[in-house]
Amino acid sequence: MDEDIRQANRKLVKKLLLAVAAASVFGFAMVPFYDALCKITGLNGKTGGAASAQTVQARKIDTSRFVTVELNGNTMQGLSWEFGANQNKLRVHPGEIVMTAFHVKNPTNQALMGQAVPSVSPGWTAQYFNKIECFCFKQQTLNPGESKEMPLTFFVSPELPKDVKEIALSYAFFPIGNGS
Amino acid sequence: MTTATTATASHEHDAHHGHPTGIMRWLKSTNHKDIGLMYMIFGTTMFFAGGLLILLVRAELFMPGLQFLNPSIYNQLVTLHGLIMVFAFIMPLTTGFNNYLIPMMIGASDMALPRLNNWGFWILPPAAILLLIPFFLQFFGIGDGAASNAWTMDNVALDLQSGIGMDFTIVVVHLLGISSITGAINVIVTIFNMRAPGMTLWKMPLFCWAWLVTSFMLLAVIPVLGAVVTMLLTDRHFGTHFFIASGGGDPLLFQHLLWFFGHPEVYIVLLPAWGILPTILSTFARKPVYGYKAQVYSFWAIGILGSFVWAHHMLSSGMPLAGELYFMYATMSVSIPTAVMIFCWIATVWRGSMTFETPMLFALGMIVMFGIAGLTGLVIPDIAAYAQYHNTMYVVGHFHYPFFGGAVLGFMGATYFYLPKMTGHMYDEKLGKLHFWLTIIFFNFTFTPMMMVGLAGVPRHLADYALKYTEYQMLSSVSAILLGATQLIFLYNIIKTARGNGEKATAQVWEGAQGLEFTLPSPPPYHTFTTPPEVK
Repeated sequence: MDEDIRQANRKLVKKLLLAVAAASVFGFAMVPFYDALCKITGLNGKTGGAASAQTVQARKIDTSRFVTVELNGNTMQGLSWEFGANQNKLRVHPGEIVMTAFHVKNPTNQALMGQAVPSVSPGWTAQYFNKIECFCFKQQTLNPGESKEMPLTFFVSPELPKDVKEIALSYAFFPIGNGS
Repeated sequence: MTTATTATASHEHDAHHGHPTGIMRWLKSTNHKDIGLMYMIFGTTMFFAGGLLILLVRAELFMPGLQFLNPSIYNQLVTLHGLIMVFAFIMPLTTGFNNYLIPMMIGASDMALPRLNNWGFWILPPAAILLLIPFFLQFFGIGDGAASNAWTMDNVALDLQSGIGMDFTIVVVHLLGISSITGAINVIVTIFNMRAPGMTLWKMPLFCWAWLVTSFMLLAVIPVLGAVVTMLLTDRHFGTHFFIASGGGDPLLFQHLLWFFGHPEVYIVLLPAWGILPTILSTFARKPVYGYKAQVYSFWAIGILGSFVWAHHMLSSGMPLAGELYFMYATMSVSIPTAVMIFCWIATVWRGSMTFETPMLFALGMIVMFGIAGLTGLVIPDIAAYAQYHNTMYVVGHFHYPFFGGAVLGFMGATYFYLPKMTGHMYDEKLGKLHFWLTIIFFNFTFTPMMMVGLAGVPRHLADYALKYTEYQMLSSVSAILLGATQLIFLYNIIKTARGNGEKATAQVWEGAQGLEFTLPSPPPYHTFTTPPEVK
């Protein structure tokens, strides 16, 4: 092989390796990008953290219509808690502050830690679902046999499009610790 | 390296441009023909290994209820079959063909990076062993078996499977990824820098073009696969939460990233076969390739379009309607360049003076099977109907049409086409034709029943099914076993030819064969085109 072909080969290899590195970085960069995209579009039904004081203050109660909010709770594999909503269905006015609760019980003989992860369906309505107080904001620890009432305070934004009559809020309780 | 072999090597080197003999010839080889052959032999071996695994699965599905396998072993076998066939069979096999053929097709003396080439190959055998080890270890009470969450490495395994199988798989995916990337870099550098004088890009055979597009796709998506399995690994062992919802991660992100690699992978598997097909068709139709440029543009169009349609594998994951619509239309748009290619193939043989030697039979068979693949696939991304197809045996039946009916048939044809060139002897034409007809019959009787039971509602990855599907499943199982047995004819024919039986092949081999590789004697000498040929 001629020396100048060798040289050219080496140059091209370097460029291609750079492309490989860029593609790897792209793979990892998708993680924050995806989170941002979900937050903006409400894709995936991810709800945000606690609603800010301004949003709570600025809301107006729309008494002209009702929205049915369905509540649902599941525990994931590895966390054998009894978990569910106290009321499975609520009829609320958009803008109205609603207080409800979920119950949870640890029937096992060991203390367990869990984290509830909310999901709203249809996904794009997540941006209209505002939580003021939620047990999902922090991890929960339950001693053997302990049971708990966990409050949830929320309101549905009055800007919710009129054709939406039902929103479902579902919690999945994941185990924390023990290697997961 | 021992001193003895060094001495032998240098001694031979003194005498002539020889090469080490025995095992060292293969271990240290930097010759593109040797490495190409090793890739092909490795790929073919894994083809039989992966086939054997799935025959066990088909044996289990012969009757409802559980007879031979428990569900865990069943899913491990399905997973290993998928991983082996994609990563250890078809990708190495097509890489073998590119190694053997591309330098001869473009008039280069060798691949541009021969040592990287050697390294890229020798990563494969250890990787294949690592992939299979956990499966066998479980029978000695070590670990809980191989990965059992399908070749997509579905990350529900974070909960379902905590054993060593998944960790082995992650390492193997990294190794195979490195091998693929080295191969892709080598192809790109060879094609850009090593062409003979006068061999412009627009004069290259379509196989070179197809591999060029494939290589760029590999460079773009294999690192993403590397990133996603790395994240899976850190999630499993180092407390990160990329995909674990309890820590703010998102399991769906895994699917998005996996399929961002996974769908282009379909074209990575298929493009080389699409590249070699026109050569075979034009040889036996004794006509030049029709629509050469149209086919090259189609390769690029499919490569690019195919990288932006991944979420049609996850239409039931609850995407917003706008997203689903986008992925439906984008997916269906891929069929436009694909149709361009199919029409070019048909136009190539149209009114040609056709003869039907075995490679031609496989090539024509591939056009038909690939057509069925396209038509059975076109309905799946339809978001209105998708729910019925998702995760059913219909999908399994469908994707075997492009994989087996497209890539595997294409490369069986290519094997018969180039076997006389590689060995210097003609293969047994009668056995070749028998192999073709039995393959095409049993292939269809294996996978069509799968589509039917799938439409009726039988899900994938289940070791059992309802009684009413028994007849179809039996038909599929019997055909699968016969399909597997038929491949022994193929193996026998190759070995027989390689051992020097059969009449001598001429340099041109086939009456209508064109291209630089057919100007060389059969078999080609160890070093070819050390002085570049002049291409007009």
